[in-house]
Amino acid sequence: MILFFFLAILMVASALTVVVHRRPIYSALALINTLFLIAVMFVLLDAQLLAYLQVIVYAGAIMVLFLFVIMLLSLEGEERGTGRLGLRGLAAISGLVLAIELSALSAAGARASVAQVPSSYGTTESLAERLFTRHLLPFELTSVLLLVAIVGAVVMARRKA
Amino acid sequence: MEVPISYYLTLSAIIFSIGAVGVLVRRNVIVVFMGIELMLNAVNLSFVALARASGSMDGEVIVFFVMTVAAAEAAVGLAIILANFAQRRTLNADEIDLLRW
Repeated sequence: MILFFFLAILMVASALTVVVHRRPIYSALALINTLFLIAVMFVLLDAQLLAYLQVIVYAGAIMVLFLFVIMLLSLEGEERGTGRLGLRGLAAISGLVLAIELSALSAAGARASVAQVPSSYGTTESLAERLFTRHLLPFELTSVLLLVAIVGAVVMARRKA
Repeated sequence: MEVPISYYLTLSAIIFSIGAVGVLVRRNVIVVFMGIELMLNAVNLSFVALARASGSMDGEVIVFFVMTVAAAEAAVGLAIILANFAQRRTLNADEIDLLRW
């Protein structure tokens, strides 16, 4: 429980850094921090394979892509803040309202008890067994989606000859 | 497991709203994209928490697909940002207001 609160406070602080910090490189590093903390939360929730995937795919591949793009395109300098002061305060208040409302809704609808799960819950074998039997069609469609994304990214980033 | 699932859901809601405010407020398009990734991760946390609470692993399968789609979307979105920057030389969302240069 203490571990959960410690992680939660760190995660909220990192998320706020992502959104608030003026320089995008620090936002990216804070986002990597947030992703690692979410991976630890996955381990707390017995989702082992997803924790590995979170570190490898999200923090390891997607964020490296972000860092490449930031380092390529940061010749502009830092962003000059988020605009007029009144809008920033309004955004903070509306964000707070949204957070309170979502928390109240989600906490009210949650189950009171947590199910007992076998020790094979969340392991690579059981997730793979589900993925390749019951959810085979979305799996194959996702591979087609990745192919489309690769082709699209190459076409978009190609220099117009 | 002594942490109630509603704590995880509340944390997910807070991270989601932080990401949503980031998408709305920031002008740098890369930071807007990072806010989108924050929202996706908050939803992933919520899915995994509810999957654990109900004992079914379908929530984890959903998270698997969300991660894959997020990776594809990040690649294509960053390629679009790069192509946009090559023409307009700006990362300011306020200045990217025409569909065509």
